[in-house]
Amino acid sequence: MTSITSLLGFGAEGWGDDLASGALVTIALALATLPFGLVLGFLLSLAKQSEDWALRLSADIYTTIFRGLPELLTLFIVYFGINGLLKAASEGAGLPALALSSFASGMVALGVVFSAFASEVFLSAFRAIPNGQREGAAALGLRPRQAMVLVILPQVLRVALPGLSNLWMNLLKDTALVSVVGLADLLRQTQIAARVTREPFLFFGTAIVLYLVMTAVSSVVIAWIERWTRRGEPAR
Amino acid sequence: MKNTLDPPLAATPPDARPRRRPGFAGMLALGAWLLAGLSLLAYLAAAWNSDLFARYAPIYLSGLWTTIQLVAISFVVGALISVPVALGRGSKGFVQRDLSTAYVVLFRGTPFIAQLFLIYYGFGQFRDFFESIGLWRFFREPWYCAIFALALNTAAYQAEILRGAVASVPKGQWEGAKSLGLSRLTMLRKVILPQAAVVALRPYTNEVILMVKASAIVAIITVYDLLGETRRAYSRTFDFQTYLWAAILYLLIVELLRHATNFAERRLTRHLRR
Amino acid sequence: MTLLKTLVLAGSALAFAAGAAGAQETDAGKDWSTVVIGTEGAYPPFNFLDASGQLQGFDVDIAKALCEQMKVTCTFVTQDWDGMIPALQNGNFDALVASMSITPEREEQIAFTDKYYQTPPAIAVPKDSDIAEPSAAALDGKVIGAQTGTTHLQAAEALFPDAEVRPYPTAEEYKLDIDSGRVDAVVDDVVVLSDWLKSDAGACCKLLGTLPADPAIYGKGIGIGLRKGDEKLRTMFNEAIQAIRANGKYKEVQDKYFDFDVYGS
Repeated sequence: MTSITSLLGFGAEGWGDDLASGALVTIALALATLPFGLVLGFLLSLAKQSEDWALRLSADIYTTIFRGLPELLTLFIVYFGINGLLKAASEGAGLPALALSSFASGMVALGVVFSAFASEVFLSAFRAIPNGQREGAAALGLRPRQAMVLVILPQVLRVALPGLSNLWMNLLKDTALVSVVGLADLLRQTQIAARVTREPFLFFGTAIVLYLVMTAVSSVVIAWIERWTRRGEPAR
Repeated sequence: MKNTLDPPLAATPPDARPRRRPGFAGMLALGAWLLAGLSLLAYLAAAWNSDLFARYAPIYLSGLWTTIQLVAISFVVGALISVPVALGRGSKGFVQRDLSTAYVVLFRGTPFIAQLFLIYYGFGQFRDFFESIGLWRFFREPWYCAIFALALNTAAYQAEILRGAVASVPKGQWEGAKSLGLSRLTMLRKVILPQAAVVALRPYTNEVILMVKASAIVAIITVYDLLGETRRAYSRTFDFQTYLWAAILYLLIVELLRHATNFAERRLTRHLRR
Repeated sequence: MTLLKTLVLAGSALAFAAGAAGAQETDAGKDWSTVVIGTEGAYPPFNFLDASGQLQGFDVDIAKALCEQMKVTCTFVTQDWDGMIPALQNGNFDALVASMSITPEREEQIAFTDKYYQTPPAIAVPKDSDIAEPSAAALDGKVIGAQTGTTHLQAAEALFPDAEVRPYPTAEEYKLDIDSGRVDAVVDDVVVLSDWLKSDAGACCKLLGTLPADPAIYGKGIGIGLRKGDEKLRTMFNEAIQAIRANGKYKEVQDKYFDFDVYGS
């Protein structure tokens, strides 16, 4: 039996380089999904506060669906279903066949799930901003848009941060599901290594440690961001 | 709890807001959903196949039952494990505290699917060891492995819920109960836990919902739960409606749970309403 | 944006309904100078990833030989077995060379070339197993492992109605589980099982026997899967299969992996 160091080493025989490339794919997928999910979640939270009941209802339907479905099922529906639609649509329009790669499918599925949860986080953050802030901004002669960008938004982001960091952790962990539709992420590379070497415990154990490192680094970064957003508060 | 802390919504109080007719954007968005819903119905109606339904409806129900059993058993087992973990987290002993913290960080900081693979395929590698301690009969079965993994996972989350809920009961309640001369057990049962339950109800249901969703992964270790049956049906028929039916069933469970909680929460907080 | 999104969703749902009923396109006007080939990469010796992560195997070499014969450039992608047919339909690749049996159920979804090999299924058990013969009675109450969504899994369910058949994502996982004793027997292609039993990894187990290949389940042998309507590509592949059968290239690839005739009668 080959030694652990050579199994986890870098190079042709070792799987270290494969695991590392998988970890990079995992990180890339999570980072690529984040802005998409954040923006969509933010817009949804605006829709949920709209005076227009139709817009509110639409946003609520969205949240209900994508919060309720298992992430794996959402992923299958995007990967098999939306891809089928895209093909039908592009053929119908006479364009060359379009297809979402497993990376893009993962991005769409995870981003949609992230935005559904994020919209609720943003919504409660909006509600935590006292009315006086809006009134004060209006009294200063700021137009609604200026008041939003300069006064409300910075505070909303600060209040929403803990909720959003939770969602980021979930996102990072949910990327592992994309291995099921064939993206060569950390978990899939681990599975391949475990199959070929017949050392499942070693490799899945290593994967768990790598995920722990990723979440640990994330929480350090998040703690730093939280400190930074609170720098304006008076010391207590 | 959230609602009691939150100030009233938006610039004008909701009741003072004129009930506006939907604008262009709202109509468009709602219309889009309506269209999506109708085309889903149209698709399901067009793809309707009574043979398929007769063959797979009972299979789906048995898969659904498997999912429910899996979640229910794991939730209870996880609740039992969560008690010592929660106590350990609040303990003054370094060993207990560090061990339970490590447990919580490990299970909350890594994907459930990786934990499941480690437990199922990883432990399979040590058959001789598990046989020697008489546990192989347990780890041999994918069903038990699935329960084991899901219970360990949820215990880490439940420990945090439990800890938070008990900590949320004001100190005065403990002191008051003690001054009434209640025994520790009566105090917990009659004073502390009912109050903690009000706080914990929503996080606990959320956890059940998350478990229903997470349990969909066990199909990968050969357990035929709802998603497992769905994937089997899909691999036989290559008919996309198999996934849509599963989606409808999952949404039904989750919504049922959510509405049941809302109802229970209203009942439990009757005394707080004015 | 929300609006745009919901619109896109609704529009695509409509397109879905329309597309499901839409007519098949043909590839008559298409220039097949490059062909993307999809395979699984977890089914040795037919297709697998070697220690350095490169695709190898009989399927892969046959595909390369066919591409050379057709004078087209081929690239390979891997895809999990579960999503093989939808990925082909969605255009993630053009030809599916992954040891897929030509069955009536699959022919409703995709087109197949003529067969390029045909081997019977078989059953393997641990060396110390008390299962004496591959009969329904001997496997009563036993646990059988097979790959999910395969003809072998269907055959196992049909031949051994009183056994519990468990579906594994790839062949590699049921091999791990028969080694650890979680399953009492596994059913797969005889070549796949023999190849594994010859290796160190298969030291645990022995071949119990081959199984009858019910044509209702196994169809017409192993073919290359193509999208319906890609008739031109189908003709190209069929002619190439005949050509490499005739010019000795097929035998050359076969002899690299096997010491018997895998084409079947």
